[in-house]
Amino acid sequence: MTAGSEAPILFAGIAVVLLVATLAGWLLRRRFGRTPTIENLETRVRAWWVMVGLIAGAFLLGHGGVIVLFALASFAALREFVTLTPTRRGDHWALAIAFFVVLPLQYWLVGIEWYGLYAIFIPVYVFLLLPIVAALRGDTTRFMARVAELQWGLMICVFCVSHVPALLTLPIPGFEGRHLLLVAFLVVVVQASDVLQYVWGKLLGRRKIAPALSPSKTVEGFAGGVASATALGAALWWITPFAPWQAALMALVVTLMGFFGGLVMSAIKRDRGVKDWGRMIEGHGGMLDRLDSVIFAAPVFFHLTRYWWSI
Amino acid sequence: MTGIVERLAAALVTGFARAVTGVRGDWRDAPPGPGPHIYFANHASHGDFVLVWTVLPRVLRRTTRPVAGADYWDTGAIRRFFGRRVFRAVLIDRRPEMRTGDPLEPLAAAIDSGQSLILFPEGTRNLTEAKLLPFKSGLYHLARLRPDAVPVPVWIENLNRVMPKGELVPIPLLCTVTFGAPLPVAAGETKDAYLARARTALLALAPRPEAVS
Repeated sequence: MTAGSEAPILFAGIAVVLLVATLAGWLLRRRFGRTPTIENLETRVRAWWVMVGLIAGAFLLGHGGVIVLFALASFAALREFVTLTPTRRGDHWALAIAFFVVLPLQYWLVGIEWYGLYAIFIPVYVFLLLPIVAALRGDTTRFMARVAELQWGLMICVFCVSHVPALLTLPIPGFEGRHLLLVAFLVVVVQASDVLQYVWGKLLGRRKIAPALSPSKTVEGFAGGVASATALGAALWWITPFAPWQAALMALVVTLMGFFGGLVMSAIKRDRGVKDWGRMIEGHGGMLDRLDSVIFAAPVFFHLTRYWWSI
Repeated sequence: MTGIVERLAAALVTGFARAVTGVRGDWRDAPPGPGPHIYFANHASHGDFVLVWTVLPRVLRRTTRPVAGADYWDTGAIRRFFGRRVFRAVLIDRRPEMRTGDPLEPLAAAIDSGQSLILFPEGTRNLTEAKLLPFKSGLYHLARLRPDAVPVPVWIENLNRVMPKGELVPIPLLCTVTFGAPLPVAAGETKDAYLARARTALLALAPRPEAVS
């Protein structure tokens, strides 16, 4: 089979899930009225329709569409990150280069499939260049913290996010022409894990798992979410180059990375005194609130796949 | 009625402002109703009134005009086109020696024809570390002169970081424009008392300082 026949089946499946969620929200509202939780649920489901629609549109456009979509997501994420980072006027050039040179160049390198450079461009060259640019402005106040925060923001918002479309560049024998499905597998499993953790937490959640970081995450939500997302990953083996047990292991790794990524990003939000990174996606918060788990899962998924399945 | 070129230019400017800053309006009170208002805001960037203008509902945007310094907006053809034709700014000369007549007169005339104003009571761009400079008295005098125009405090957050003075490239950062409750002058209120109250009301809209320092 090719992506041409599998992708429509996958998206039809997602549409069925969203239809069920939409219907559930409608039934809950009829039964219990407009409570804030139900209202939030319905807003989230509506936003999911939009997000799935955007991803489906990008898939129809092919590799270029997916690369541009994630480049735009990186832009929105970096904008949210820098907004909450206390930069100074002396960072202006470094920030301009980060947004208008580093970000497009990283995605261009992914687009031309130059693995040798896109894998080290930000961790090596940008890591060295941006502190030089900042130093040339002569502002030494909190210098170390400023360059470290900008580099961390670029690693998270650009480097890690770009590893989702970078999956399209992996040469995998016997998987030619089906790379978009690898992107779909990663995104579906990680996002389903977030949703399932939320659902299990709402149904059975008792014990808080990390009260200092995230008051809404529970042990029950974590265990139920990770277990059911792993099962989902195994059930999706047919869109991957993996055997069912391998797909399950991959799903387990990316859901765990996603969970801990959510905790890390929550720690930053707590420190900055905000609940959400932004207000871009209604019901969900900002781009980073939606992407935090994908960000931590993508590079690990990429390198595991590259090491064991790519030539 | 403005022409098609001016409308297109206005749409380009507000579209650009949205794309770069993802700006959102935050109405603490109910969104402003019909009738003239005096939106008074903090001033740190030449783009300040563009952001206020961008988040206003379109019906209100058409009748809302910024009050700006003629010495800046009347120099050069491009600035004059945007200042006079696109934003339809009420231009005042900030140099007292160049003025002829009461500087508040064109503002009062705009209010009389049903228009709202965007005013920066600090009088000039705040390029200091302080959150807000002392207010000039124009806001008080105008509010007393035209009591039917309701002063509304408007806090613009982050635009000074997007485009600091002397930089050419804007940095895309999220900006918010927060509108407070209307703040009419009380009966018998003195100039100093009102300006202090207006300044406090405006500062109260600023996000907590530790969020972005």
